[in-house]
Amino acid sequence: MKFIIAVIKPFKLDEVREALGAIGVAGMTVSEVKGFGRQKGQTEVYRGAEYSTNMLPKVKLEIAASDEVAQQVVETIQQTANTEAIGDGKIFVLDLASATRIRTGETGETAL
Amino acid sequence: MTRYIFKASALCAGSLSIAQPAFAAAPGADAVSGGTAYILNTLLFMIGGFLVMWMAAGFAMLEAGLVRSKNTSTQCLKNIGLYSIAGLMFWVIGYNIAYPGDFNGYVGGFTGPYWMQDVGAADLGTGYSVASDWFFQMVFCATTASIVSGTVAERVKLVPFFIFVTVLTGVIYPIVVSWEWGAGFLDAMGFSDFAGSTLVHSTGGWAALVGAIIVGARTGRYGADGRVNVFPGSNIPLATLGTFILWLGWFGFNGASQLAMGTVGDVSDVSKIFVNTNMAAAGGVVTSIILTQLRYKKADVTMALNGALAGLVSITAEPLTPNVGSSILIGAIGGAIVVYTVPLLDKLKIDDVVGAIPVHLFAGIWGTLAVAFNTQSEVDGVTLSIAEQLGVQAIGVAATGVFVGIASAIIWFALQVTLGVRPSEETELSGLDIAEIGVEAYPEFARTA
Repeated sequence: MKFIIAVIKPFKLDEVREALGAIGVAGMTVSEVKGFGRQKGQTEVYRGAEYSTNMLPKVKLEIAASDEVAQQVVETIQQTANTEAIGDGKIFVLDLASATRIRTGETGETAL
Repeated sequence: MTRYIFKASALCAGSLSIAQPAFAAAPGADAVSGGTAYILNTLLFMIGGFLVMWMAAGFAMLEAGLVRSKNTSTQCLKNIGLYSIAGLMFWVIGYNIAYPGDFNGYVGGFTGPYWMQDVGAADLGTGYSVASDWFFQMVFCATTASIVSGTVAERVKLVPFFIFVTVLTGVIYPIVVSWEWGAGFLDAMGFSDFAGSTLVHSTGGWAALVGAIIVGARTGRYGADGRVNVFPGSNIPLATLGTFILWLGWFGFNGASQLAMGTVGDVSDVSKIFVNTNMAAAGGVVTSIILTQLRYKKADVTMALNGALAGLVSITAEPLTPNVGSSILIGAIGGAIVVYTVPLLDKLKIDDVVGAIPVHLFAGIWGTLAVAFNTQSEVDGVTLSIAEQLGVQAIGVAATGVFVGIASAIIWFALQVTLGVRPSEETELSGLDIAEIGVEAYPEFARTA
């Protein structure tokens, strides 16, 4: 099993969610996050004082997937979240040691 | 121009029209008399009074929106607390100090509470219900205190703040009012402040300025290299709503300061004041939008909100005699003052969270001086020249600045050495809401934690 963490541009969320639904991804956890990468921040003005916002808003997706579909999930996110502009985000894949469905106590891939 | 003289003239017009019907032919002097005038005058005070009362809500929302979310509950509590303290203090001693009757012209009237009239009693000789007048004057007193809370937000403990408000509303503000509206020395000189650009707004502004200097800036606000660290407001829609509420309240503030509605002339003047008040605010907004767009390449919404209030403060000293064009110009200059003095205060490291000093003090001074171009008072039967009026207006501004500045400094210093004004740095950084109130404005996980 793999645990996929993707950080994408917020306005791409719906598109990515639909594309992942189409390839059979049954669930995900989404959070609003802030951070920076090569895109850096931007300069804003508030009441006559300039300031740079180092952190930019992004959306983070967390998806647990079986080994077979993990690669497909990564490719789908990479294609749909892509605007070919700086700041499109990143995808990380981790090995997932275990998964448990709280209601039934099922473990492993049946719990995904 | 005392508020007493206004009342007396309205009443005279009323009684004259009965005795000499020919006199009523003059447009504007066409008056209702007796009970009807009494009712209309009282109605103006009551409508004006509850509109100005509602300005307390405007200040509360403006400030709640412009502070950081970790200090929002504290700011809300300070606002409802100061409004109530102002009412109590203005009843206990304030009103009689503000309107002492026959006095030395500088300070007097320490006669205690103001007892209103008995149930069912009405004195037609005053021309209005005395309780309606007290209510109308009380809400002005509360406005002065609201100005201070915005400037020194996010870094003053609750108790010392409320003690300062107690002295400001019970003694400092009423003394300033007695000089002009209470027929004191400024009134005798021909000083003119129709609804209180100086008496209300600058008084609050001076108290705020001295407070900001003595209390100091918020921790981390100014970097060692002179850099201004921006603490953006937490809720712009709330600040915008607060500004609109204040704008609405201002029709009561300026309009009902006509103090009489028993003649055709008076009610027409109230209407003209509404128009001028609105146009000055509009002038302030548009000016601040244009100037911030030109200067920063982005129109700053909080500056536009301040621009509306600066326009309103500017026209408050004389909302009746200017024509509409002049009113727009007076308000527009108020808006420009805000755009240029907000960054100036930051350069001086005077930390004014909501911009109350530029809005209420600087625009208040401008509005007070601008009176000279539209109204010249009559002193001992001689009408002042524009230059003389300007001089008298400047004396009023300076006298208010010196007195309120010194009195406020004494109170702030006394609080600093006794109770301490500021919370610990740790408390300030984690937010006053947790340490002082125990209630967060926007709690997360409140039910599940």
